Amino acid sequence: MTSQGAFTIFIAAIFINNILLSNFLGMCPFIAVSREVRTAAGLGAAVVFVMTLTSGLNYLVYAYLLEPLGLGYLLYIAFIVVIAATVQLVEMVIERTSPVLYYALGIFLPLITVNCAILGVSLFMVIRQYSFVQSLAYGAGSGVGWALAILAMAGLRKKMKRSRVPAALEGPGITMIVAGIMALAFIGFSGMVPM
Amino acid sequence: MGDVLTAVGVLVGLGAILALILVMAERKLVHSGPVRLTINDADPVEVPGGEPLLSVLRERKIFVPSACGGRGSCGLCKVTVRSGGGPVLPTEIPHLSPEEIEERVRLACQVKVRGDTAIEIPAHLLEVEEYEVRVEAIEELTYDIRRLRLAFGPGVAFRFRAGQYVQIETPIYDGLGEPVYRAYSISSPPQGTGAIELIIRKVPRGICTTYVHELLLVGDRLTLNGPYGEFYLRDTPAEAVFIGGGSGLAPFESMLADMAERGIRKKVTLFFGAVARRDLYDLERFAAHEKAVPGFRFVPALSDPAPDDGWDGETGLITEVVGRSYGDMAGMEAYLCGSPGMIDACVRVLTAKGVAEDSIFYDKF
Repeated sequence: MTSQGAFTIFIAAIFINNILLSNFLGMCPFIAVSREVRTAAGLGAAVVFVMTLTSGLNYLVYAYLLEPLGLGYLLYIAFIVVIAATVQLVEMVIERTSPVLYYALGIFLPLITVNCAILGVSLFMVIRQYSFVQSLAYGAGSGVGWALAILAMAGLRKKMKRSRVPAALEGPGITMIVAGIMALAFIGFSGMVPM
Repeated sequence: MGDVLTAVGVLVGLGAILALILVMAERKLVHSGPVRLTINDADPVEVPGGEPLLSVLRERKIFVPSACGGRGSCGLCKVTVRSGGGPVLPTEIPHLSPEEIEERVRLACQVKVRGDTAIEIPAHLLEVEEYEVRVEAIEELTYDIRRLRLAFGPGVAFRFRAGQYVQIETPIYDGLGEPVYRAYSISSPPQGTGAIELIIRKVPRGICTTYVHELLLVGDRLTLNGPYGEFYLRDTPAEAVFIGGGSGLAPFESMLADMAERGIRKKVTLFFGAVARRDLYDLERFAAHEKAVPGFRFVPALSDPAPDDGWDGETGLITEVVGRSYGDMAGMEAYLCGSPGMIDACVRVLTAKGVAEDSIFYDKF
């Protein structure tokens, strides 16, 4: 168990160990859905929500079911099942209860059910032996970090519409290069918090 | 051994609990009872409400391409949603151009079928299938034009849009080396069940038309495939001109009967170009359509009436008659069916009169 405060973990997950820019998880929707700022914001919000929720749930499953029974090795499959079911359930509830929230957030939920970043956060949580509160903070921080990265990318791509990108690099190609440069910039934060 | 059992038990238990919760939630929250889905002017079908359009279509064996499996990231599953479907979602906007949004193109994986919905799918996506048909009736319309009535087998539902065509496989006859395929517009309305009608003019030395006119008998079997074509009445308020020559009235008969059936209001004038009175056919059908379809007018025109025809209608080439009948034609739509020569001549006259090129529709075959 690490002794870092939850807030430190939250901030570190946003800037220093950004799930997208330092671990390169969740690249698929990052590339595909970063063309519009509005869409990126919705997806980002959905990721924050789902990451926080599933890291909490997965912590409970791991700490109170798998670990005591000595079934730690089942965590991959158990986490995937929990994430998929949770996302589906939340989507259905939002869809029925709040159309406004559904159009802002709910429609993005199925897109991220199988997002590797979501699973990645739950796995890191186990590897780093976080407590429940730390896990929640880490999940929320990673979500915010992912949302920050996709928003920045959407803003850049909006600007790039007017720039003359070599034909062969248009679309995903230039997006990957920009993501790489953004990752380099985020490395500047490393060392601020000892991990 | 105990470990394995525990592991399996835990996983199965976890999965079962989650599945149970999901199934109950789905029962309670998602399904809103059956709704009606209309695909490309076919008769509405009942489908369960609350599901994404893509999976509804897949269940009906209509396979809209999708590379990402419905996650809204590939943007391939585009369909036109004419009614229902709700507002365009932020998940779709990155994949749609402003023109597509204007034309109500949506991603089938993101649209949920919640109420009665009408959609349009590119015709080639609907299974173009091969059908065995039986010649039910042959009717002589003029000395060189025949109407065939082709019946599908029992239980076969052939769906098409008014104006589309089928291809007939001409069997091998008279030393013909291999079967050939020829396209003919369907002249019966899409509401007709179990059979379609085609109007076929005998072309000198034409392979299929000679077969149809000289060898085909009632009760014979034919193979056809289809439906094909983007030649259908656009859902716009614009006034329309139909121009047909020879057997080219076939798609218009289908469209007019469809308009009458569905109560579509659109100002339409059909110009029928023929040489003499002996080339005219189905006049009483079009007279009936004039009564049944408000705004429809039928103008037959003869280019060279015989002296004993007693013709007091329009005379001249069909392009001249159309040219005489209108001043500025800007904003109008034109639907053409006839020989390639007639279509080219009509396109020239219509564009000179101000009809936009993308408002002129025809299938050249």
